[in-house]
Amino acid sequence: MNSKQLKLKILIVVAILLSGISLLMLSCNGGSGSNSTKSGSNTSASSNNDDNTLLGAGSTFVYPLFSKLFYVYNQQAGIKINYQSIGSGGGILQLKNKTVDFGDSDAPLTDEQTKSMGADVLHIPMCSGAVVISYNIPGVTDTLKLTPDVIAGIYLGQITKWNDPKITSINPGVQLRAMLIAVAHRSDGSGTTNIFTDYLSKISSEWQSKVGKGTAVNWPVGLGGKGNEGVSGLIKQTPGGIGYIELAYAIQNKMLFAKIENKSGNYITPSIASTSAAGNVQLPADSKVSLTNTDAANGYPISGFTWALIYKEQDYNNRSEKRAENLLNLLWWNIHQGQQYCPGLYYAPLSPEATTVAENILRSATYNGRPILPGNNK
Amino acid sequence: MDNTLIGQPEKPLLKRRKAKHAMKDVVYEIKKESRFRKTLIIAAISLIILVMAFFITLIIGSIPSFKALGIRFLYGKTWDPVNNIFGAYPFLLGTLITSFLALIISIPFSVSIALFLGEYYPKGWFSNLLKNAIELIAAIPSVIYGFWGLFVLVPIVRQMEMKTAVLPYGVGILTASLILSVMVIPYAASMGLEIVKMTPLKLKEAAYSLGAIRYEVIRTVIFPYAKSGLLAGILLSLGRALGETMAVTMVIGNSSRIPKNIFAPGNTMASVVANEFTEAAGSVYLSALIELGLVLFLVTAIINIAGKSIIKRFSKM
Repeated sequence: MNSKQLKLKILIVVAILLSGISLLMLSCNGGSGSNSTKSGSNTSASSNNDDNTLLGAGSTFVYPLFSKLFYVYNQQAGIKINYQSIGSGGGILQLKNKTVDFGDSDAPLTDEQTKSMGADVLHIPMCSGAVVISYNIPGVTDTLKLTPDVIAGIYLGQITKWNDPKITSINPGVQLRAMLIAVAHRSDGSGTTNIFTDYLSKISSEWQSKVGKGTAVNWPVGLGGKGNEGVSGLIKQTPGGIGYIELAYAIQNKMLFAKIENKSGNYITPSIASTSAAGNVQLPADSKVSLTNTDAANGYPISGFTWALIYKEQDYNNRSEKRAENLLNLLWWNIHQGQQYCPGLYYAPLSPEATTVAENILRSATYNGRPILPGNNK
Repeated sequence: MDNTLIGQPEKPLLKRRKAKHAMKDVVYEIKKESRFRKTLIIAAISLIILVMAFFITLIIGSIPSFKALGIRFLYGKTWDPVNNIFGAYPFLLGTLITSFLALIISIPFSVSIALFLGEYYPKGWFSNLLKNAIELIAAIPSVIYGFWGLFVLVPIVRQMEMKTAVLPYGVGILTASLILSVMVIPYAASMGLEIVKMTPLKLKEAAYSLGAIRYEVIRTVIFPYAKSGLLAGILLSLGRALGETMAVTMVIGNSSRIPKNIFAPGNTMASVVANEFTEAAGSVYLSALIELGLVLFLVTAIINIAGKSIIKRFSKM
């Protein structure tokens, strides 16, 4: 009996050691595998022999649009696209591990991320979206006007009451009482937060130095709600509430949102047209630009692109040329014919300027050094 | 190795049955028995491996964060993903405050239910109804509690707050604790109930025959006997409260600052992980969230071990 127990003990110890060792090896492999381009063991996009099925992952913000686009494209071109809306960060990670053909992110890659990708990654703008500021002041149904100063003041916790002279002076005729402002923000990491904090960083040097921009930040004041629905729930429920949400969500739920003064001094009502207009500016060749605080005179100042991400050199992991072509054709279709589906879903279509830049970026993609799309594929 | 391990106890069995069965049948039965035993051993060992694997994965995942932040991670008061400064202190505090507050609120209810069902009404339609209701409370998905909290509890708490000078958020530490206290009642109540029922009838009868009234029997006989069981149930509910994510996330206010009072918004470790994991971009950021999971794992383990030793001490008395 004793010897049996001993043997059992030895068995358990051996099993635990084995599991530990195998785990360590697994994790080491994972770490190095991401750097080397040729790791055949993991299930990569290349191992999928069916070149007519493309894989994508990333932003949840763009998911409603993508599911519509990919459905229509499947009907027309017979290409199936499997897009997982796991969040921008997840999409970038999956592209890095080469388990998808394209990622989608609401923010361009950071320097750290660019380095870790190992190869050149192209950013192709797909559409843009706006972030609106919604509020709930009992007795007020008028559209409020807000200036960049006021927004930064509220989110920094310096303006705490609705009857602050800074707010009343730009809103004559609106009855604002001495009510406390209840600030709401996103509690989950999100591209919406990235656009909003990017805007605040541009208009307020104090915000830039104290808080900065990102998908999640260290908020000086306020409550966090999960998702657009969480934030709008906080706004609707809390008297004196204010918060930022996506334009599409605000329109669909008939929420009040403010006009915001842009760089040119015009108060702009957020809409699909004014968001598109914000992107109609001189764009850099790589399209990696933030649209917030736009120079466009009729552009809404809090908006941003969402980008599809692909490797510039498509010949990796034994991918076929056919697969690369299918991917590029899909993205080309997205920025042209696909754009007509944007307004119906409250996304802002690309401006003519942005479309031209996106075309040039797509043409720069190569397979084994040769361009994939013809020079004038119009 | 397996044969010697499994084969030994079958020898007497084999001798006994030799006369009754043909050799073939016996061999078949022995094989069946040994297969069954192997299955059990594999199941048992794989559970140990699984827990170890969890632990090891969490440790490996949190190495980058530990390298960057060191022990500061535990007492740092700032959670700033932009500048890669991660301090878990506000969340550690939030987790402990909400869990213990929930426990304190729930104890009177769970103990009363255990005594009521165990001693006063162990049978009958009413006690069946109550038992089913308790089971139902345990079975409801936590997101439903979150909804209920958001639409019913939050406005009530807000009304209370309106009468004071604090901002009438409605959400916060108190609301989260209230929701949690409802969620954990079944764990303590059903375990306590079983122990209360197990009190030896002889002891109770002896007390009654000495002229004790029911309250005295409960206080002097049942309570000392059921103490460790009630404690174990409470401990179980604490474990549940520590790890609860969804319902808490919906009503706690998700603020990374240290809560100033119980009306203030706060955050727990579990809800931070749930909130920020999907979009965590930087490698240190991601690792810090995994380390948060590791801390939660350890806190739960420590509280469980501490609780068990408390139970041991109580049951000896």
